[in-house]
Amino acid sequence: MSTTGTHPAQPSRLAHAAKDALAAGLIGLAIFTPLVGLQTVQEPSGLVLNTRFGTVLALAAVAAAMRFVFALLMSGEKGTRLADRIGASVRGAMPSGAGGRIGSYLGYALLGFALFLPFIVSALFTSSERYLIDIAILVVTYVMLGWGLNIVVGLAGLLDLGYVAFYAVGAYSYALLSTNFDLGFWICLPLAGILAAFWGVILGFPVLRLRGDYLAIVTLAFGEIIRVVLLNWKDFTGGPDGINRIPRPTFFGIDFTRGEGGFADFFGLDYASIHRIIFLYYVILALALLTNFVTMRLRRLPIGRAWEALREDEIACRSLGINTTNTKLTAFSIGAMFGGFAGAFFATRQGFISPESFTFIESAIILAIVVLGGLGSQIGVVLAATVMIGGFEVFRQAEEYRMLIFGLLMVVIMVWRPRGLVSTRHPSVFLKERKAVSADLVAQGEGH
Amino acid sequence: MRWQDDPVLRIEHLTMRFGGLTAIDDLSFAAGRGDITALIGPNGAGKTTVFNCITGFYKPTEGRILLHTGAPDVLQETESLTRTGRRWLKQERGALYLLERMPENEVCAVAHVARTFQNIRLFGGMTVLENLMVAQHNALMRASLMTVGGLLGLPGFRRSEKASIDKAKHWLERINLIDRADDPAGDLPYGAQRRLEIARAMCTDPVLLCLDEPAAGLNPRESAELNQLLRDIRDEHKTSVLLIEHDMSVVMQISDHVVVLDYGRKISDGTPEEVKNDPKVIAAYLGVDDEEVDQVEGEVGR
Ligand SMILES: Nc1ncnc2c1ncn2[C@@H]1O[C@H](COP(=O)(O)OP(=O)(O)OP(=O)(O)O)[C@@H](O)[C@H]1O
Ligand SMILES: [Mg+2]
Repeated sequence: MSTTGTHPAQPSRLAHAAKDALAAGLIGLAIFTPLVGLQTVQEPSGLVLNTRFGTVLALAAVAAAMRFVFALLMSGEKGTRLADRIGASVRGAMPSGAGGRIGSYLGYALLGFALFLPFIVSALFTSSERYLIDIAILVVTYVMLGWGLNIVVGLAGLLDLGYVAFYAVGAYSYALLSTNFDLGFWICLPLAGILAAFWGVILGFPVLRLRGDYLAIVTLAFGEIIRVVLLNWKDFTGGPDGINRIPRPTFFGIDFTRGEGGFADFFGLDYASIHRIIFLYYVILALALLTNFVTMRLRRLPIGRAWEALREDEIACRSLGINTTNTKLTAFSIGAMFGGFAGAFFATRQGFISPESFTFIESAIILAIVVLGGLGSQIGVVLAATVMIGGFEVFRQAEEYRMLIFGLLMVVIMVWRPRGLVSTRHPSVFLKERKAVSADLVAQGEGH
Repeated sequence: MRWQDDPVLRIEHLTMRFGGLTAIDDLSFAAGRGDITALIGPNGAGKTTVFNCITGFYKPTEGRILLHTGAPDVLQETESLTRTGRRWLKQERGALYLLERMPENEVCAVAHVARTFQNIRLFGGMTVLENLMVAQHNALMRASLMTVGGLLGLPGFRRSEKASIDKAKHWLERINLIDRADDPAGDLPYGAQRRLEIARAMCTDPVLLCLDEPAAGLNPRESAELNQLLRDIRDEHKTSVLLIEHDMSVVMQISDHVVVLDYGRKISDGTPEEVKNDPKVIAAYLGVDDEEVDQVEGEVGR
């Protein structure tokens, strides 16, 4: 009797896998039909709708087949072990940051690379130089936003779905101050940060009494409210037309213009438009590094420890005499301030802003970077921003499949590393040695 | 009796209702300065609710909770303070705090009442040392000039940070966890977590330490160590202790004063010896109805 133990399992496993595959195929059909099956084409006679149901069927079939194979492999004891092995090998291959050593080496390597990136790019890829540096600027902007939001979500454990509001406040602060009062970028930058922090306090004060999901929903609403106000307050913000001709930053008062008195003239270089791009890159890199530096320092101060304690257990915090409302407000407003800096940079880089740049999807992307990187991890944010923003650009040729690839990538990462790429926590103070704290002990705060 | 002559905490006519349920019913008792006072009673008697009222987590429906430090004559100001609507009165001779008016963080930060929880509440993802540093948050915040001085790395802040670490070390040595200082608190065994929670509460420099069932789940050796720790806290650190305890042997060994609750009402109050022989207490613990108490009293021989 004992030898037949595995036999009856066989057909049921097949049936199970087939059922799974059928479901996957149906879901595939439902998803791919609007995404891939319908295509609008601009014809002289107007918009024409093309259908591509053949492709849809093929894609759904691929999904079903893959699901079938996967279900067969993963079911049963052997399969579970296989899944574990895959997970373990992937985990092994990734920089754990756990040793601290590897993590910090990786950090220094990335820093070195970032510092010399424009020169590396100029030397190696002369033809696409401008495009590549533009992407680098974009990635670093999101790294900075990720680091800013990491204070709120990763350290203090407050789920903020409206972070883009402060990005918008920063951008509009700079745009309005510079176009109305003729103030330069370097004066407006701190003002933009202060204004964003101020709005952080104003929004935070009523909101931070809420917990978990409620906090998430209300911050989401505030993010949208700010955007709608920007859209409708036409006299002040220009409404949907946005603000034009925002001044470009200067190199300590020297413009990046051709001819007399310009940057190239001043330094005796030949004029090239790339100078300004490289300068912009260094500006955002400096801002991002400032964010990182301040965050790392704050983490080792009592306020930073209180943020993390708040994420671990708010009630225990209060029993120890910590004013949790104030502590949350500082996290919220300092995060907002860095969002404001990034917003001011965004405005000066683009030269034009409108409410369209500050939709919910921006908040979602920044939050995804923080979660994917591993809540609270600085290096994780860098990796995640590079993967997400850089990867998004790399797959540009893939057109409408880009979103699919992107989604797949996120699912894969979250399956293999559910706590994000770098999930260990480094203690802020130690007696003998700094041992990393493994992710499963670290609380994730409210609303996760 | 010290709890009558020199009380550190006085609870007067405390009532706490949750909707229709009266968890505490007109409870009055006092805890003496420098005493270990035990609050005992069957499950659901309302002991944890009393703690939550003292430490500001619940706003009592009725009643006054008075904490007193310094010279006894300050106590005469109690009525006038109550009438002013202020939360506390600080004089050179001493201070009075009306705890029922204060939010929980103020109870700890201003009145210096610290507590532990029945279900341990440590910061599990932070190290043992970090747990003790968080407890010194308010002092460190002041030393860091509300973070500004800390960001600039001013020497004053460095000095007080070092002092905080030394204080944490002192407690870690006292509770035998110095070797695990850099391990996450969530990794500690149960008994060690209980000790750490007490040390964390002590790092806030409390006048009164409230412990909710500190001996629950400890083995006999750990329980004996805990008794010694509590005695040291009382004798060396001049901190009064109020503790909830189920284990009668612990209560009888270390407490100076016992208050017994049943169904939210005080049924006995006195020295351990007195309480142990109180027929009402025996009845409550044996689960006898109120009406039968007289009968039980008769049987016990009073
Ligand atoms: N927040 C609350 N809301 C409603 N009822 C509550 C609340 N807190 C406590 N109670 C009720 O008050 C009564 C006393 O509870 P409490 O936790 O104070 O008992 P206890 O003496 O600590 O018991 P145990 O020994 O089991 O810890 C119980 O009936 C409980 O259900
Ligand atoms: Mg209880």
